[in-house]
Amino acid sequence: MELLRSLQITLAEEVLSVSGLVLLLVAAWGGDKAARLISILSVAVLAVCALIAAPALCGSAMGPDVTAFAGQYRADAFAAFAKLLIYAGAGVTLIVAPAFFERVRGMRAEFPLLVLFAALGMGIMVSAGDLLALYIGLELNSLASYVLASMLRSDERSAESGLKYFVLGSLASGILLYGVSLTYGFTGTTSFEGIRLALGHGLSTGATFGVVFVLAGLAFKISAAPFHMWTPDVYEGAPTPVTTFFATAPKVAALSLLMRVSLEAFGAQPHAWQQIVIFAALLSIVIGALGAIGQNNIKRLMAYSSINNVGFMLIGLACANQPGAAAMLIYLAIYVAMSVAGFVAVLMLKDADGEPVEAISDMAGLSKTRPGLAAALAAVMFSLAGIPPLFGFWGKFVVFQAAVQANLLALAAIGIAASVIGAFYYLKVVKVLYFDEATDKVTGKSDLAHTVLLVIATLFISPLGYLLTNWLHGLAGNAAAALFHVA
Amino acid sequence: MIQAIAFYLFATLTIFSGAVTILARNPVHSVLWLILAFFNAAGLMILIGAEFIAMLLVIVYVGAVAVLFLFVVMMLDIDFAQLRAGFIKNFPLGFALAFVLLAELVMGVGAYKAGGLALGTPDAATAPVAGLSNTAAIGALLYSRYLFLFETAGIILLVAMIGAIVLTHRQRGDVRGQKPSSQISRRPEEATINLQPEVGKGVTL
Repeated sequence: MELLRSLQITLAEEVLSVSGLVLLLVAAWGGDKAARLISILSVAVLAVCALIAAPALCGSAMGPDVTAFAGQYRADAFAAFAKLLIYAGAGVTLIVAPAFFERVRGMRAEFPLLVLFAALGMGIMVSAGDLLALYIGLELNSLASYVLASMLRSDERSAESGLKYFVLGSLASGILLYGVSLTYGFTGTTSFEGIRLALGHGLSTGATFGVVFVLAGLAFKISAAPFHMWTPDVYEGAPTPVTTFFATAPKVAALSLLMRVSLEAFGAQPHAWQQIVIFAALLSIVIGALGAIGQNNIKRLMAYSSINNVGFMLIGLACANQPGAAAMLIYLAIYVAMSVAGFVAVLMLKDADGEPVEAISDMAGLSKTRPGLAAALAAVMFSLAGIPPLFGFWGKFVVFQAAVQANLLALAAIGIAASVIGAFYYLKVVKVLYFDEATDKVTGKSDLAHTVLLVIATLFISPLGYLLTNWLHGLAGNAAAALFHVA
Repeated sequence: MIQAIAFYLFATLTIFSGAVTILARNPVHSVLWLILAFFNAAGLMILIGAEFIAMLLVIVYVGAVAVLFLFVVMMLDIDFAQLRAGFIKNFPLGFALAFVLLAELVMGVGAYKAGGLALGTPDAATAPVAGLSNTAAIGALLYSRYLFLFETAGIILLVAMIGAIVLTHRQRGDVRGQKPSSQISRRPEEATINLQPEVGKGVTL
């Protein structure tokens, strides 16, 4: 009976893995010709899984009713919130990928399968209630990601980015595992609840080391400074649809996992990790802002922008309270929309032969040749900079509000100052798009699917997004409440 | 008594074959001695009642790792003489490393003698069951409490396999592969002709 109940709770993961295995057989017999069909079916599977996960979020599920396999897995509202974002990110990747890969004859039938299995791993990550589940989910996601990054074998940069990601990712996994084993050794348990109870009696030196190593490993996965070095190279080298994926789904999963580990497992000792998170947040904001200034490649620029944005999200985590977590989730949702809009716009920048245009200088005067695309890119840049009429401002606003309420005034002040530095390079891109002499490089036609996705994502980050604030706040509130529900 | 004899037998053989592994001139012999060392280590594990680890040693190390070594040694053209030439040059570094390892061993034993660290007490969920062998106890946990994670670990291995194939396999046009079906479906009548050439005349093919 216990097993049946557990199987019911983990339904989303079962659907994902079983359909992944079935589609693997389709890929084995159909070959690369079936790639498009498998992509469409995979998007449908992700939609079904989103439908399975959604009720937990709306009904603000929490507590033992949604806990499966002796506390290793939790299908609560928090997991559901993260899962919806993850499935959305993975779905967008699958929709934009075929047009990109088919041009270079690189569309492999395994591509959608790897995205599906990565989504499965990320689902386990955000639902983890145990250090073992955390690690297994993380590895499943990472392994699939390494392969995705080097998917374009004809492209040297893709292979390079895959190798870099693999070597540094394995190192981070090792650091994380070391932290996990220290934590287990000094608390005697791997379950988050057990660790919370054990740490409630006090924090030994060994356990502190465990906390630090676990956080360092996770900071790598969310590309927070000082563990951000891989991000620009991997984002630049990986095929653009894969970069879209990296900037959305795994980022959501790793950030949610970081929240779950810090607030739930280490929640009894917030002072042990708050300084680390504040340090990482400030460093990420500053490095993200300064590093982006000299970049001429739009993908590298977006990579630094993602480091910068992760810093702002960590401010929400540094509050270590429920409003902070809710603010972080709102920022996360808006950030996913901004990343999708940004990278789909980058995908649409093609020259007459269909070759991708990535240099910012080649986009000069885009407003005259492709006014719609230029407007969307400008909206993304303004939104990432957090300039008021756009929705990106709201994310920064709620995070800073939470920080001020949690008496982290200095952190909020430095964050706001650094976001002004960051605004410089976003505005520079807008200047190139609108005021520079036109180069007429970007003349390639765009795919319909790309255009539709770009319009949807841009509408979400446009001022129209404010219509959704009540709804978004409600959902994020549910999710944060589930995170702070201590059994 | 018999335990002591078995222990000294296995222990001596382990150390001996370990030493021969690094001293043997022929790399293939080295790997074979290594396999002997693994077997003896497995014997030691059985003596202390860790039969599961003994099985793992034989299956994983002998069955997979050592055979892999053997393949690498036999398939790659490595100039071992050249590798050994660096031995004297790098001797001080190797000696320093060995010294560090020895120091760590001494410190580890010393720390153990000085009393345990303030480790946490394991929770009761995975406590050993009396009267059950290690293997049965691990299996009972893997297939009940940790079923979900065990199955997911299987999917990780599957993804690793898919990844290896995606990154290395490609269809090459310039290779003439074997077609077993057409080879098997060939009949003697199609493949050979019986001729009786006249004396002094050749055959036309």
